[in-house]
Amino acid sequence: MSRIRVLVGTRKGAFILSSDAARKQWDISGPHFAGWEIYHIKGSPADPDRLYASQSSDWFGQVIHRSNDGGKTWETMDNKFIYDGNPGTHMWYDGTQHPWEFKRVWYLDPSPADPDRVYAGVEDAGLFRTDDGGKSWHELGGLRAVKGHLWQPGAGGMCLHTILQDPKDPDRIYIAISAAGAFRTDDGGTTWKPINRGLAMANELPDQDAEVGFCVHGLAMHPSRPDVLFMQKHWDVMRSDDAGDSWREVSGNLPSDFGFPIAVHAHQPETVYVVPIKSDMEHYPPDGRLRVFRSRTGGNEWEALTKGLPQSNCYVNVLRSAMAVDSLDPCGVYFGTTGGQVYASANAGDSWEPVVHDLPAVLSVEVQLLP
Amino acid sequence: MIRVVLPANLRILVKVQGEVQVQVGGPATICSVLDALEEKFPALGGTIRDHVTRQRRPFLRFFACGLDWSHEPVDSPLPQPIAEGAEPLYIIGAIAGG
Repeated sequence: MSRIRVLVGTRKGAFILSSDAARKQWDISGPHFAGWEIYHIKGSPADPDRLYASQSSDWFGQVIHRSNDGGKTWETMDNKFIYDGNPGTHMWYDGTQHPWEFKRVWYLDPSPADPDRVYAGVEDAGLFRTDDGGKSWHELGGLRAVKGHLWQPGAGGMCLHTILQDPKDPDRIYIAISAAGAFRTDDGGTTWKPINRGLAMANELPDQDAEVGFCVHGLAMHPSRPDVLFMQKHWDVMRSDDAGDSWREVSGNLPSDFGFPIAVHAHQPETVYVVPIKSDMEHYPPDGRLRVFRSRTGGNEWEALTKGLPQSNCYVNVLRSAMAVDSLDPCGVYFGTTGGQVYASANAGDSWEPVVHDLPAVLSVEVQLLP
Repeated sequence: MIRVVLPANLRILVKVQGEVQVQVGGPATICSVLDALEEKFPALGGTIRDHVTRQRRPFLRFFACGLDWSHEPVDSPLPQPIAEGAEPLYIIGAIAGG
């Protein structure tokens, strides 16, 4: 019988939640890497027991760990993220130029086919890859050539926080950077193009022709349809049907179109999930009601999913990497909050139950289906 | 033999308890001790000093014989009790973060 493993990164360690396919009874292990910030922990689709974890700390810098046994034991891997050549400068908050400086790994994305190949998105924004299971990393420096001198950090730093690998074409990868925008490569990472047409809004970035400078919070894609992308932007939920070459807004009837995570149903490519947040100054749900919104029409028409979620006095946030889906039928949906709750729905969002109430603030949630 | 007390998080990282000991080839200095530490425990690479700049991480401090050695040149000889192993070199995480 299949099992589900949920990998949770928090401000003070990682936790692994395990259940059978009913997704009712959960075993919880952790904290792993106690005391460290775990920005992301993710498993290899090609080998579910191969896990990668990004630990970082303002005191001790960046550490990468790998497990070959589903998180029972871990080994320390290479943590040298050295930019390719002279990385130069990017734009600082005050508009001056600022040296590129590595700070941490935000996102680890193992290859769909090769457990030893992993992409790492880092701050200051850059994309690295390992082909030896984390023993060494090298930068795909062509990304920074796309007007990197104009990239500017968002409030959380200039982070490359999202990586989507096209499961049908290993040379096509999408990434997103706050606050530079979304980018695509069609040649395995050698060259990149900005894919931000249609994202400009007058009160955010008035230049309709700007190629970079967009605050993309998250991207999502259904593996059966890798040309269709959904985006949670700083404000606005967006959709592209041409691999990011153009975007249109699909915020529709959302109570707020600000938010961080976005996810697509495992079996229904037009079913999308977001968690609206009140505003960029008030990072909590509108009206103190924690609601996931689901569109079954690829955007524009959204329904609130509230059953089992707190509907009063709730002022948590759900961060960009803290929502994921499993591939069981019915599809499971999971998200974690800055209040330390991890909620699970075993029925595609119709109802929710807390798996755990009191973890440290949740930074990331990933799900694995185990044979 | 140089005795070193690591911060708790780094002791967990390299799976040791209490002090660690390292041998340095030449004079005992901050640089030579860190070189020896990173050779004995490769996982410490980048955690005490930056891989690129080789600078001490801002929230860490070095203490030798009760003195803050953090701002001394990294090639300055450490006090004799440290070099002889009579006292440990302390690497301490700053009390910061509110």
